[in-house]
Amino acid sequence: MNNNVLLKMKNIHKQFPGVYALKDVDFELERGEVHALLGENGAGKSTLIKVLGGIYTANEGEIIIEGESVLIPSVQAAQQNGIAIIHQELVLVPYMSVAENIYLGREPMKGFLVNKTKMNSDALKLLVDYNLDFQPTTLIKDLSIAQKQMVEIIKAISFNSKILVMDEPTSSISEKDVDFLFSIMRTLLTKDVGIIYISHKMSELNDICDRVTVLRDGEYVGTKVVKETTKEELINMMVGRQLSKYYTRNYLEPGKTIFSCKNLCDNNMVKDVSFDVKEREIVGFAGLVGAGRSETVKCIFGLTKTYTGDIVFLGKNKHYIGAIEALKDGISLVPEDRKREGLYEIQSVEYNTTIEVLGEFIKGIRLNKNIEGQITQKYMDLMDTKTPSLTQRIGNLSGGNQQKVLIGRWLATKPKLLILDEPTRGVDVGAKAEIYSIMNELVKEGLSIIMISSELPEIINMSDRVYVFAHGYVKGCLNHTELTQKNIMHLAAE
Amino acid sequence: MDKNNAIQASRMREGIYKFFRENLGIIIAFVVLYVFLAVYPPTTNAFMTSRNMFNVLRQISTNLYLACGMTMVIILGGIDLSVGSTIALSGCVAAAGVARYSLPIPVAIVLGIFVAILIGVFNGTVISKTTIPPFIVTLATMNIARGFAYVYTGGSPVRVVSEEWQFIGAGYIGPFPTPVVILVFILIATALLMNNTKFGRHMYAVGGNPQAANFSGISVAKIKFFVYAYTGLLAGLAGVVLASRMYSGQPTAGNGAEMDAIAAVVVGGTSMSGGSGKIGGTIIGALIIGFLNNGLNLMNVNSFWQYVVKGTVILLAVFIDFLRNRTK
Repeated sequence: MNNNVLLKMKNIHKQFPGVYALKDVDFELERGEVHALLGENGAGKSTLIKVLGGIYTANEGEIIIEGESVLIPSVQAAQQNGIAIIHQELVLVPYMSVAENIYLGREPMKGFLVNKTKMNSDALKLLVDYNLDFQPTTLIKDLSIAQKQMVEIIKAISFNSKILVMDEPTSSISEKDVDFLFSIMRTLLTKDVGIIYISHKMSELNDICDRVTVLRDGEYVGTKVVKETTKEELINMMVGRQLSKYYTRNYLEPGKTIFSCKNLCDNNMVKDVSFDVKEREIVGFAGLVGAGRSETVKCIFGLTKTYTGDIVFLGKNKHYIGAIEALKDGISLVPEDRKREGLYEIQSVEYNTTIEVLGEFIKGIRLNKNIEGQITQKYMDLMDTKTPSLTQRIGNLSGGNQQKVLIGRWLATKPKLLILDEPTRGVDVGAKAEIYSIMNELVKEGLSIIMISSELPEIINMSDRVYVFAHGYVKGCLNHTELTQKNIMHLAAE
Repeated sequence: MDKNNAIQASRMREGIYKFFRENLGIIIAFVVLYVFLAVYPPTTNAFMTSRNMFNVLRQISTNLYLACGMTMVIILGGIDLSVGSTIALSGCVAAAGVARYSLPIPVAIVLGIFVAILIGVFNGTVISKTTIPPFIVTLATMNIARGFAYVYTGGSPVRVVSEEWQFIGAGYIGPFPTPVVILVFILIATALLMNNTKFGRHMYAVGGNPQAANFSGISVAKIKFFVYAYTGLLAGLAGVVLASRMYSGQPTAGNGAEMDAIAAVVVGGTSMSGGSGKIGGTIIGALIIGFLNNGLNLMNVNSFWQYVVKGTVILLAVFIDFLRNRTK
């Protein structure tokens, strides 16, 4: 048994400023085994993989490969130790051929020139070995996502890697391609390779994995043999944490329905989604990353033009194309990715607060700076935002205060329906609690809120009702009395 | 009300301080240059005359027309290479209107500016409707407009023999040269547009973070379209002013003018990555470049060397900016 152990990570600790990302984590991988790594978002899976891949260095702990203790201070060191990581975002050069990508940086040479003949024939041999039906000279950009993944795998193999890490390889490929991927993985196993497999799809565990290790909040929970465990047990392991006490929520009798949508579809991301929102209600959207929640609210907000379906807001049929129309009617969306979709980083707090309500203090070329200051101050006070001055660059504020400015920005439009997409991501605990209590107050005053969140405790403790999304579908709706992590995960992990 | 006025006044003071603080480097550079030219014996006599001052202003005025548009374009994160050629085409069209078709001068001028707006509208349409980089789009229209100017004129200047024709480029309104008066109007209009209107705020938003602008309900395409069209209009004005000053529409006019405009904008502290920049900085940038040219001429520096000096100054200005930003 012990002879079979390929990799052992012992007592791994990793700390970032303010965050204890990995606390005393153990992990073990055998030859010819697919070992799944399971956990919620933020459980520490990717940190662990980055420690193994030489991107982070652990503060404490030991990594043992084939019985020898090794140090992995760099990506190169990881490669030399036979570790290959296939990332979710593929890192191939699109305008180079398959062979050129496989042998990038270590091309077979003939004098000063690349020996293309040898490179292509070597690559062809690998492609044939794994039953791949494209040519070594094909350009990467002409391949499908699944095929690109195969190239990544072959590239890893050509390094003589013994340890292969696959980060959600099936998240963006079709079912047929998944089968093919699994068959290639099985071929690899016969060659004594060990595979670490990260996936959110629990249904895949039975198909391909031998053992599974669960992490939670940066800690090691346990390792199970897949055949001897159940989905229920694994979900328990993933979510069984203590809930913090910082949620403020007074449940009110919801009023009449103000928003409903039926059969909303968009591309492949939103499939036949129907839901409704009542007055004075916080409706949670739960699900895993990529389940179609953000895409759904982008349809509502008019940010995609291709969607179909019926939307009724305040008793009228609507089909928004462009955020301006939705804003005018009283729908506001605080986006998920603060930096990319929300902030004007080099501009002031004032600018960032008032960008949606310029009409209140700009008439033609007459600009009333006093009113601008008053509006900003009002929402600073409401959100309890801390900033040295209103003219401070917003990029200099903490994440929590930036988020408060953004929520204030969209509250300034006096919405009737406020959509918050991951309102507490990257926000410290204190600011989180304040945001929750503000949400509670807003709902008391008659606002309706849709909250997308990947943090289950947040969803459970703040929502009146929760719609659970998976693979673009709404899998179910739970009332707040039925809200448990288990119930949600059951629906989300199908 | 008094209190409000006081707040307004203090905010204005704050704004002025901020402007000086942020542009300290180039303001000092400009003052040093100016004082040097004023006291340096070989230049002092010729430099400190009102004639010379107006002369410099007249020379930099057309560059500043372009630079006003270019500042906005660069704040959007774009670039407009076609303005130099637009000068040539609009100047030739206006001059030909008078010389060939005997149109009344105002009509010919409007016609020339109209052609320039068309070029701006074309740039704006392509850039706002597609994802083709502005560099490429305007590189193409730069060549197309220059080509049309040559084709239309057969390669030789279109001369205009008329006193009135010179008014817009070489004439005076009271004691002030006409192009300088036009410049003042353009500066005020552009500054108001950038600082005091919704449009201006939206422009900074689109340049700083286009994706966020989408979420803010800002029509990114509309903003882009308008900025390029406005830049075309300003280039057209520069074109007719130059054609007037040179008594002719010349197909070679404005060669490299886009680069001088970009230089003024960049020396003025506007970031090429978009989202930030002020018209005040651009004015100082243009003044530095203008007075530098003037000083070198007065010192009888060989014009070949003037390029070297100009290039060095641009590099220095941007380098100082880099140093200041790094320490922040």
